[in-house]
Amino acid sequence: MNQNGHILTVNDLKTYFQTEDGVVKAVDGITFTLSKGETLGIVGESGSGKSVTNLSIMRLIPEPPGKIVNGDIIFDGIDVRKLSIDDVRKIRGKRIAMIFQDPMTSLNPFLKISTQLMEVTELHLGHNKRQAYAHAVKMLETVGIPDAKSRIDNYPHEFSGGMRQRVMIAMALSCDPELLIADEPTTALDVTIQAQILELIKDLKARMGTSVILITHDLGVVAGMTDKIIVMYAGKVFEQAPTAELFATPANPYTKGLLRSVPDPAHEEGTDLYQIPGLPPDVAHLPPGCPFVPRCERAKEICHAQYPPFVQINANHYSLCHFAKEVYAESIQENSTKMNLKAEIELNPLG
Amino acid sequence: MNQNGNNLISIQNLLVHYDLGGGGLLDRITGGSKVRRVVKAVDGVSLDIKKGETLGLVGESGCGKSTLGKAILRLTEPTGGQVFYNGKDLAHLSQGAMRDERRNLQMIFQDPYASLNPRMTVGQIIGEPIRTFNLSNGGNIDAKVQDLMETVGLSRRFTKRYPHEFSGGQRQRIGIARALAVDPEFIVADEPISALDVSIQAQIMNLMEKLQTEKNLTYLFISHDLRAIRHVSDRVAVMYLGKIVELADAKTVYREPLMPYTKALISAVPVPDPQIEAKRTRIILKGDVPSPINPPSGCHFNTRCPYAISECKRIEPSLVEIKPKHYAACIRISPEHPHIEENEKAGLGRVGN
Repeated sequence: MNQNGHILTVNDLKTYFQTEDGVVKAVDGITFTLSKGETLGIVGESGSGKSVTNLSIMRLIPEPPGKIVNGDIIFDGIDVRKLSIDDVRKIRGKRIAMIFQDPMTSLNPFLKISTQLMEVTELHLGHNKRQAYAHAVKMLETVGIPDAKSRIDNYPHEFSGGMRQRVMIAMALSCDPELLIADEPTTALDVTIQAQILELIKDLKARMGTSVILITHDLGVVAGMTDKIIVMYAGKVFEQAPTAELFATPANPYTKGLLRSVPDPAHEEGTDLYQIPGLPPDVAHLPPGCPFVPRCERAKEICHAQYPPFVQINANHYSLCHFAKEVYAESIQENSTKMNLKAEIELNPLG
Repeated sequence: MNQNGNNLISIQNLLVHYDLGGGGLLDRITGGSKVRRVVKAVDGVSLDIKKGETLGLVGESGCGKSTLGKAILRLTEPTGGQVFYNGKDLAHLSQGAMRDERRNLQMIFQDPYASLNPRMTVGQIIGEPIRTFNLSNGGNIDAKVQDLMETVGLSRRFTKRYPHEFSGGQRQRIGIARALAVDPEFIVADEPISALDVSIQAQIMNLMEKLQTEKNLTYLFISHDLRAIRHVSDRVAVMYLGKIVELADAKTVYREPLMPYTKALISAVPVPDPQIEAKRTRIILKGDVPSPINPPSGCHFNTRCPYAISECKRIEPSLVEIKPKHYAACIRISPEHPHIEENEKAGLGRVGN
């Protein structure tokens, strides 16, 4: 483990796509570090660049039209960008594993679950058939598939959505990866199944000490799962902070808007839910100033004219906004009044 | 459930069963399915929808909530039961008569991509119901379409554009405008926000609430999103495998849920607050929703219920008023003993109905 115990360091990563519409800056400068056992949440709406960030780390960006144009991706001292594709394959699936959103399409419908699970360890750990099979059964048991021995030779269609996601997780964890990237792992699932899967990821993380990057659009999911959060908008990092601090005292109008637009138990009956006006931006045609300016309620002249600075609020808290410090100060004030209300809600958060 | 003047729609013992066959002589010989396989998507639902309210219908995928919504409007044919609207039983109207009723009963669909004809302009899409019901003619239609677009927050100039030129949220607005075109009384909104981004979900919920006040609409709001249901609904019905298992006003369902299923459902929702998340304990249900093909006997929830006793496998519970205006379907709770945790401790078995 190099870099002061960081398993992953991403520095000013930029991934652009060449399209008919011009250059789309899908990810335009993202920097973060991830320590062993730590969980990072990346939050954003569709098209914000959260998935492209992680595909870049895995070197899964189709090239062309995409290209990582700038930045370092250092995984355990290895510069991932400089690796040959063969060397990347040795890491991918073994030391860095990924769970995708849609368990229906990410398993091969023609192959038995056992075949798909065995492939991973035969390739990366040099298992023979018998070892791989035994390991596959063990992994299915680990992720809580009842009666794993008899289910392992089933085909994906014989599993429910939640079970398939468990199979995906079993596959991802087969080689005991140091980093797990989970891209919207529960979005396609029902809430009761989502709760099961999140609990499973938490539990496995605690047992195996895996570092996790959790990508989601659901602020509720990251609240209980992560140590720190990056909020993305239009390919840019809008805010970056430890989880507790981001929720308590956000320093960016977009983050604040997102938090307020989730129906809140303390919300007064009969009043409107807060809404961020307008539409997510067209990333190919961003305005010259702040990309959020057409939707921001506190936009001033400077926001239209100048690209905002990435303001450091304190040691670990950053916000991309001309008025980051003011927004942060307001949040601190609001938070103190909110704390009184909270005591009541804690017992029954949805009531 | 009576049909008093307050109710706009009164559903009685509605059934939607899909027969998958099986159980015939050939199946028995060839070793196929030994019993007839029937999907009981909606299995005896009785429900009143009051004028001007939003009734939230919540449940996991496959529980039959969309089928129920469609069966009310006869977009799926009910197998049995009645749906009363204005003294008429919608479930037994002729196709022609039902078509006329749809002037008052409209639907908003989940997928704003699949529910708009890509070859029609937005003006044609929104104008179509007006033409179908001869509500206006000639230039008046265009004017009405433009008014509708403004009502739902779209520019009047967009009438000549095609659906692909709009974002998901805007398309959902088009779907809403189309539903409003005939000035309906009742709208079934089937997962209207599920396909949208978080910031857009709030916009659509607010729009729907605004329209409800302005036009005195009644909604059946179907969603699996418990936070959204909590926000928009006056009353909430919780559905599990074809049956309504709990019904009460929204606040009560979330504050004092009675059914073990409802409790688990609510506890599974992640709350966007790390402090609350760190402290709360979740009720994690075992397993998945069973298949609606020949669902578990007795109470359908008995396979996942932490409080199930042997009788739960035999007796099918009916929806009983446990507290005033708070209905639940569980044999282990009754008006005298509404709390299942206490009943469990006290060893109360089959109580009440």
